[in-house]
Amino acid sequence: MTVSVQVEHATKQFTLRYHRTIKQITIAAMRRQKISDTFKAVDDVSFTVQQGESIGLMGLNGSGKSTLLKLVSGVMKPDSGSVLTRGRIAGLIATGAGFHPQLSGRDNVYLNAAILGMTEAETKRKFDQIVDFADIGRFLDTPVGHYSSGMFSRLGFAVAVHTESDIFLVDEVLAVGDKPFKRKCMARMQEIRDEGRTMLYVSHAAASVRQMCDRVLVLEKGVLGFDGPVDEGIRYLHYDDADTDEKPTDVVDDTEDEVLGADV
Amino acid sequence: MTTHPDPVRIEPVLQPAPDLAPPFSKGGLIEVFRRRYLLKLLVQKEVRSRYQGSLLGVMWSYIQPMVRFCMYYFVIGLVLGLHKSFPNFAIHMFSAIVAMHFFTETFSSGTRSVVKNKSIVRKMPMPREMFPVASVIVSAVNTFPQLAILFVASVVAGWRPDVVGVLAAFLGLAIVTVLGTALALLFAGLNVFFRDFQNIVSTFMVLTTWIVPMIYPFEKVATSGLGHNHVFYSIYMSDPLTIAVVLMQRAFWIPTALGKDGFPDQLGDVGFPYLPHNYMELGLLMLGVSCIILVLCQMVFRRLEGKFAERL
Ligand SMILES: Nc1ncnc2c1ncn2[C@@H]1O[C@H](COP(=O)(O)OP(=O)(O)OP(=O)(O)O)[C@@H](O)[C@H]1O
Ligand SMILES: [Mg+2]
Repeated sequence: MTVSVQVEHATKQFTLRYHRTIKQITIAAMRRQKISDTFKAVDDVSFTVQQGESIGLMGLNGSGKSTLLKLVSGVMKPDSGSVLTRGRIAGLIATGAGFHPQLSGRDNVYLNAAILGMTEAETKRKFDQIVDFADIGRFLDTPVGHYSSGMFSRLGFAVAVHTESDIFLVDEVLAVGDKPFKRKCMARMQEIRDEGRTMLYVSHAAASVRQMCDRVLVLEKGVLGFDGPVDEGIRYLHYDDADTDEKPTDVVDDTEDEVLGADV
Repeated sequence: MTTHPDPVRIEPVLQPAPDLAPPFSKGGLIEVFRRRYLLKLLVQKEVRSRYQGSLLGVMWSYIQPMVRFCMYYFVIGLVLGLHKSFPNFAIHMFSAIVAMHFFTETFSSGTRSVVKNKSIVRKMPMPREMFPVASVIVSAVNTFPQLAILFVASVVAGWRPDVVGVLAAFLGLAIVTVLGTALALLFAGLNVFFRDFQNIVSTFMVLTTWIVPMIYPFEKVATSGLGHNHVFYSIYMSDPLTIAVVLMQRAFWIPTALGKDGFPDQLGDVGFPYLPHNYMELGLLMLGVSCIILVLCQMVFRRLEGKFAERL
């Protein structure tokens, strides 16, 4: 077994700034109010992921899941502790983040792929698959700025899921995708997992975590509260019962719908 | 790179197993040139979006400097009559403008570059030096038409290339490029934390016309009362931009002014006060200083970069 992600005592601290201009800061200082405050969004988190494992990362809003993924992807540096990874990282974290509204879909695919670390040859080789997956037809050569939000995220997804990588991170709400597209994404993500890539998967949907992951980490206010089997983790979060309560009544009660729930 | 027998499957690029390493970009300008394919695309994006939806497209970047050049020639040169005492004033001014325009555009677009791309910086890991460097290249692309017009105008005015002159032009542009990149990096980093910096930069821009010999000849500075003041002269001459501008004028303007209005007839005889003493050595020194500044600015950028994603 090779270690794919190793996080040791990682801590990420954020500063909350209440005042931004000199005037505001001066007034606050005179009134002896706090000018800024720090808190730990990720607090002394340690875990190890083996190559090929698929980890579900769960927790309430603001518990630090996205921040932890940013530490793993290398967007942010931990303030203390260490984060080590092996190989290339890709993922559904910021699909379409680099899209330029004035460029055509085609140009944006090349640019986005390059930002994700693909070479020109690699992009050319994958281009047809990417376009097939996004399935936006003749809009490919029109400016991305005129795309519907669903089309925009489809194109972003298509590039991201076709990037070669050893570690795949998922932290994205597929809210704007239509149902056939969501189904296609889930299938593609399972394919990625079955290829033996390491996967870190952030989701609030217990059913999709059950389907995708073989281990769950639960964050509570930045602290790692649980690390273990999927079902236990979901029970730890009390998501097992909440799942059925919160579902709108008009949704057909089949497992697929649960899996495709608002946040894939 | 792995080749796939079956194009549908994506193999992890695992073999040979890379080592465990911190995922945060090691960055540095070297990393930027290792990923020059991405750099190329970022530059293309900027250049293309500039002429989006315009019929004449890139022609515009020739038309504007041409109009500007004609205005200098007619209004300042002929109407104000500067051509009588100041041979080829328009070329004198334009060779300074090419260098300074390149510098100011690099500096100001570089300063904004990281904030402008915050959607990428906040979410994607990549060497963030990429953005300031891309704006340096975009500025170079935008400055090229001006250089072309300067070239044509100089040829019309009787310019013939000489070895020292060509070297001087390259040296001048090199100083501006290195210094512009350094300041673009530094201010791009600072601007993430306080947007005041982009205003500081635009305020500084107002000065640039006056602190270099652009609308006055270097000779005036050297021979004026202020020029005899040793302290003032040293300060004036320690500005790399002044030296870069003087080198550009040595390359393009001086050869066209020979034999006119008291100028020496031979290039070899043009020296102080038309040009500073040892201007080529001074240029090399300034290039060295600019390189040191670049290294320092790059180090500051690396320090600041660690907090970009959370402060944007
Ligand atoms: N750049 C930042 N500056 C200051 N605070 C931040 C910053 N980014 C995130 N935070 C704070 O850190 C905490 C954790 O945020 P994070 O985005 O990691 O939560 P999350 O677990 O992904 O939540 P969600 O389920 O809503 O996606 C939040 O309280 C958030 O306000
Ligand atoms: Mg989140």
